[in-house]
Amino acid sequence: MAKLPKPDDLFNSIDYKIPSKKWEDVPPDLSDGKFCYPTKIKNLEYLSLPTTKGEWSPAEDDWKLPDNWETIVREGFKERLDKYRSLKVFMDICVRCGACADKCHFFIGTGDPKNMPVLRAELLRSIYRNDFTTAGRILGTIAGARKLTKDVIKEWFSYFYQCTECRRCSVYCPYGIDTAEITMMGRELLTLLGLNINWILEPAANCFRMGNHLGIQPHAFKDMVDFFCDDLEEITGVRINPSYNRKGAEILFITPSGDVFADPGTYTFMGYLLLFEHIGLDYTLSTYASEGGNFGLFTSSEMMKRLNAKMYAEAKRLGVKWILGGECGHMWRVIQQYMDTMNGPADFLESPVSPITGTKFENAASTKMVHIAEFTADLIRNGKLKLDPSRNDKHIVTFHDSCNPSRAMGMFEEPRYVLKNVCNHFYDMPEGTIREQTFCCGSGSGLNTEEIMDLRLRGGLPRANAVKHVHDKYGVNMLACVCAIDRAALPPLMNYWVPEVGVTGLHELVGNALVMEGETERTMNLRQEPLTEEEDETDE
Amino acid sequence: MNVNYLSSLAAVIILGLIAYAGAQSGGFYQVLFGIFIPYLAVLVFILGFINRVMDWAKSPVPFRIPSTCGQQQSMEWIKQSKIDNPSTFIGVVIRMFLEIVLFRSLFRNSRVEIRGDRLSYKWVIWLWLFAIMFHYSFLAVVIRHLRFFTEPVPFFIPLIEKVDGILQVGLPIYYISGLTLLAGATLLLLRRVLIPKINYISQAADYFPLFLIIGIAFTGIMMRYFTKVDVVRIKEMTMGLVTLHPGIPEGPIGGLFYVHLFFVSILVAYIPFSKLMHMGGVFLSPTRNLANNSRAKRHINPWNYPVKVHTYEEYEDDFREKMIEAGLPVEKE
Repeated sequence: MAKLPKPDDLFNSIDYKIPSKKWEDVPPDLSDGKFCYPTKIKNLEYLSLPTTKGEWSPAEDDWKLPDNWETIVREGFKERLDKYRSLKVFMDICVRCGACADKCHFFIGTGDPKNMPVLRAELLRSIYRNDFTTAGRILGTIAGARKLTKDVIKEWFSYFYQCTECRRCSVYCPYGIDTAEITMMGRELLTLLGLNINWILEPAANCFRMGNHLGIQPHAFKDMVDFFCDDLEEITGVRINPSYNRKGAEILFITPSGDVFADPGTYTFMGYLLLFEHIGLDYTLSTYASEGGNFGLFTSSEMMKRLNAKMYAEAKRLGVKWILGGECGHMWRVIQQYMDTMNGPADFLESPVSPITGTKFENAASTKMVHIAEFTADLIRNGKLKLDPSRNDKHIVTFHDSCNPSRAMGMFEEPRYVLKNVCNHFYDMPEGTIREQTFCCGSGSGLNTEEIMDLRLRGGLPRANAVKHVHDKYGVNMLACVCAIDRAALPPLMNYWVPEVGVTGLHELVGNALVMEGETERTMNLRQEPLTEEEDETDE
Repeated sequence: MNVNYLSSLAAVIILGLIAYAGAQSGGFYQVLFGIFIPYLAVLVFILGFINRVMDWAKSPVPFRIPSTCGQQQSMEWIKQSKIDNPSTFIGVVIRMFLEIVLFRSLFRNSRVEIRGDRLSYKWVIWLWLFAIMFHYSFLAVVIRHLRFFTEPVPFFIPLIEKVDGILQVGLPIYYISGLTLLAGATLLLLRRVLIPKINYISQAADYFPLFLIIGIAFTGIMMRYFTKVDVVRIKEMTMGLVTLHPGIPEGPIGGLFYVHLFFVSILVAYIPFSKLMHMGGVFLSPTRNLANNSRAKRHINPWNYPVKVHTYEEYEDDFREKMIEAGLPVEKE
């Protein structure tokens, strides 16, 4: 990987000047560091997906496409137009007003005009016009049509993997054109040719076989969670013994495997464990459905369905009443907008009711899956948690609205309500950068991979810049979020742009604040750091 | 210089000249431009429009994918944003109404700027303003023109005319909408020509309808205020068209009228094949016209099909020994 420029240099390199050549004539930059590594063929084979004619690299001229690649793309396109009204309408009605142009974090960070959502869509639309519309067939380039070539495929690969499917542009579009739909279709077409990236397909293949993206096998999963329990005992003096794959539990808890695997997600997981112990929840974890996230979403709707199926299957096998879901962004896009439709109806489950407060979660009556932030907000509202927010006093917190819970769900108040109850210093970032207008971490939709770090830092710049604003203004030093990809992507982003700011999951802060029954006096937070800065200094 | 707008401008000028020449040639050409082409255009519009909408409707909406732009329906003590994140049909109707009538999403528009070492976002209203001005002027003009196609003229047309003519400065009554239509279209055009980013994304298909509409507004204004065409004769002709007793009235109407009519015919026939279909498509956009209630109420995908999954049994077969060793429960010992 190329060495990263200094933050100032990177910032100053952003140039919104428009190239002199027409966009159709500007080839994508496929030099090293500008593309995600392609998937290994074994992942495609494991998932029974079509393959290229051999291992390939975007940097090389020959991508080893199957011989009938044109037919595959054309037929695949036609099939999707017939299956998705969204695609058909979005292909036809864009007026190129440009409202979306500077709403994309990748455009803001790179200045590359093809990262304007309108042009990203034109990459597909131009082919659509050529192959499927009367005007395009007759008038050709005058009607904005162009022929499908191998170069177009390369362009698609470059730019459909420079979109995090965050849907920010769709908020501003007067017709609600959603670039996530465009990118998803583009990626599906590429996948038909065997073109996909390793950072998506390896987790997908892992998840298919082992139940989670990281390929954590059942015994290892238990070991890791048990290890958290050891840490928690050291921190709180309370021993927690969660159950795994236990039949007859009331609730199945599913969260992204990233929270089992890496800091700071692990602290979030510890927060969950403390919370459930605190309220005496009858729940179980599953090693089979040990993944909340779904990298199938970034591959194809079919792959999404295949991976998601485990959740209901496991809930049914274990005989639980309903499912509680952890903090994750795209996981909640799948649960909110796809799961019940794809893999429902979940008629073997019961409409979710909090066993502690008796609250009926009417908004989850059919899917039967509740977000942990909804669940915890309800607990706090009903006075069921004993909290000492002063334990989070060294954190001056702001909240990053993750794309999917924001624009595919609208979960804004629940996490804020929890935050305001578990910590004493909370400041929102400026309007226009939060809630439905929130900026992506720059690494969503499977782009959280090292080799494109330069692009990720650029894409994450608008988010980091807003954090910097509240850091300077209020001394914010902690960025809370409800997304496992955020917890992986935001630390390097903060480290680069605003190094004074750390990253935490919502339930890590909950865990810090929870006053457990029979606990020893807390001196450490879940990171085993002193609770206050002063102690920090005396230690040194 | 940009080939996209020059070619569009040239196309519109040539179309105008053709119609003008036709009108001057009289006889057959007047029938062609005054009767045949308008009928054909309306026919193409109706069939094309229906065909396009039917084609959209033929594709299902497999998933419920609204862009949620406000607080979801959650627990009762959390205030839901019922319009921007509707969970009911009524909410969706209001959301769509505001979207279509007030261009609510466009109203959010902002512009990013680099200021020193910071990004800043400024609320910008111009695009929204130009768009509102353009579309409502167009609507007023279309409604006013219904006068030419109705006898007796329904009550609401004089009403609109009265509002439209509120800035009367003599005779004939000066209508604001004509000028604001011309201004709106011109401003939208200038945006495309002058703002580099917008220029970069603009195609001939973006310039052509703007030039055409500018042409329509311009010829209309010319006829009304400057060349003063014979309105009585025009109404005789338009009523003939609409009552299916077409004819070319005796006496001169003027070439400009034929240019105007031809432009309108082209525009109307062009709609179904162009981005102007956004007028129909906006109603069908799944990110706007669906309630965000897919966790409360199951949405059905008509083509949902079974897929290959990795079952628990296969999983346990894979890991049984390790699971037993770790003390995890298994189905088969």
